[in-house]
Amino acid sequence: MPTFKSTAYQDIDNFIYAHAIYPVALKNGMVIGGGTLYPEINFTLPTMTIDQSTMPEVIRNYKEIITGVCERAKDLCSSGFVAEIETLPPMTFEPKWGIEVCKAVVDIAKDYAEKYGVKSAVRITPNDIREGNDLKHMWHGRHWDNMMETFEGCAKAGADLLAVESVGGKEVHDEAIMYCDIAKSLFALSVLGCTDMKKLWSEIVSISDKTGVIPAGDTACGFANTAMVLADKNYVPKVFAAAVRVMTAVRSLVAIECGAKGPHKDCGYEGVYVKAITGTPIAMEGRTSACAHLSPVGNVAICLADLWSNESVQNIKLLGGMAPTVSFEQLVYDCRLMNTATERGKETALILRDLHADSDSAIDPQAYVLRPDVVLEISKEIVKEEGYYNRTKKAASLAFSKIKEAHGNGELKLEDKELMWLDRLSEDVEALPSDVQTLTEQMLPQCEKLDPAKYDMK
Amino acid sequence: MSNIKNISDYLQMGKANLVEKEVREALEKGVGAVDILNDGLLDGMGKLGVKFKNNEVYVPEVLIAARALNKGIEIIKPHLIDAGVKPIGKVVLATVKGDLHDIGKNLVRMMLVGAGFEVIDLGIDVPDATIVEAVREHKPNIVALSALLTTTMGAQGDVVKALKEAGLRESVKVMVGGAPVTQSFCDSIGADAYTSDAASCAEVAKSFI
Repeated sequence: MPTFKSTAYQDIDNFIYAHAIYPVALKNGMVIGGGTLYPEINFTLPTMTIDQSTMPEVIRNYKEIITGVCERAKDLCSSGFVAEIETLPPMTFEPKWGIEVCKAVVDIAKDYAEKYGVKSAVRITPNDIREGNDLKHMWHGRHWDNMMETFEGCAKAGADLLAVESVGGKEVHDEAIMYCDIAKSLFALSVLGCTDMKKLWSEIVSISDKTGVIPAGDTACGFANTAMVLADKNYVPKVFAAAVRVMTAVRSLVAIECGAKGPHKDCGYEGVYVKAITGTPIAMEGRTSACAHLSPVGNVAICLADLWSNESVQNIKLLGGMAPTVSFEQLVYDCRLMNTATERGKETALILRDLHADSDSAIDPQAYVLRPDVVLEISKEIVKEEGYYNRTKKAASLAFSKIKEAHGNGELKLEDKELMWLDRLSEDVEALPSDVQTLTEQMLPQCEKLDPAKYDMK
Repeated sequence: MSNIKNISDYLQMGKANLVEKEVREALEKGVGAVDILNDGLLDGMGKLGVKFKNNEVYVPEVLIAARALNKGIEIIKPHLIDAGVKPIGKVVLATVKGDLHDIGKNLVRMMLVGAGFEVIDLGIDVPDATIVEAVREHKPNIVALSALLTTTMGAQGDVVKALKEAGLRESVKVMVGGAPVTQSFCDSIGADAYTSDAASCAEVAKSFI
């Protein structure tokens, strides 16, 4: 299993949107990271209960969504897109429902490909249901079995890409966020999270190999996006959320170490670090994901994207049409602009990349740590460290030091209360134990919500 | 500086050990437990709650202060019981069935405790029947429900129905919240109040007492 001891990218001028060193070629000819930025449309149901009696309405909704998107793709002459289905918990607890949804979407997408040449791929993201009071173990039992059945069934139903937003360590990390506890965050991500990622992705890659689909990637959405959303509400410091974002890269990298190929998932903004280190393509979301959640990284997020996503949108009627169709159009226009810049030559593409970065990075530390130059610099240092704990600790340390440096240079504005937390959190990182065993011994008694047995820990 | 003021100030700073020291000293000096609670501990939490609402402090600072509050309350609890002092109200709190999110619920719990409520936190993914049973057992003033998904918010309406069917609806106020929840949704399911954030939830809860 590779542990990536150097970054795939060395030159900042090659580190750009729509280009991956190891692009992913799909059966229909689309190449993600092969020079074209494609839209990735993600959608969900309107407010409704999901059960046996409502499944016909569920299917009707998904058929309506994909038909509308395919029609608009045809009208706008889109060169291709990815449609992502994130199953909701009931559809993973009942795999046959998730598989039925996947097949409904795949069948319509195929139909449009055959009749009108509208190219598309389907990413299936089964909801990680390994939470709750009745979870017995992370890697066996009903929750695990249902997830794997959903992965395999959807792959057989025609999905092209398998992905997940995994939650190993989340029960500890939620509290870490609420207390801005760097040590606890580190433990959740580098010990619990990485251990879980290895188990999970070994299995997903095995399913992908068996079914001939692509194991795409994972995101630390439940970790870093939770921190980002809470920071946006002024619940936690932005500098903390920025550091968590960088720290999650080490955890998400484990999927690639296990054999995932990309594209990494949209809500994993740490994907930019994964791309720097592995050269694999990534999906990103920014201004176009405001329909799902607000963010401070609306423009900078596109700088390194190989797929440009909207995160998620409900199937509801807007003045312009059904919301997924409207959202898809916004993605298509953004991609068209970026691709036009690419066609004009590297210099133009780099200008557009840097404009997107510069427009956000002075205003929020979470945007600053997504700048391509900052990503590459930090990534090069992360990979010099051995082991998940040391790498995650280095990520935290560098995030804080780069933010401090940027503020000192006048490149980043920070409020006084953020500066207070920046100093405090930097000290907390310096005070961390030098080895993961000591951290684990310190953390276990403090993590009330953790059942170590679920992770085969004593 | 009086012990009472110190209790409030140290609590706002999150200095649990100093809060504990000041509370013990105040008791030794004969300061009443009710005064320690209201003018010291809850005063500090109230002021911090205002700072939080004004974006002057973050949640970690409020949570750390809440730890100090709990430490102080533990010390004066026997005295409060002797004096017949009770919380200002009781709330049964839950994230509804099918929903595993708990950060919002935990923030609400923190704000309600800081406002002087006793909170029975039923956790996440809580079935209607469990909530109804909790209302029967604990006889709360308020049931507060959290939902973070559009596919689970309907369960808040199911709880209102279940309370009606159990003949308990008139005995409680039902408050709802969570990212997809709105005032019009609250009205449509027959809940009594919707609040958009944890701090407002505590204020509205106080108005129901």
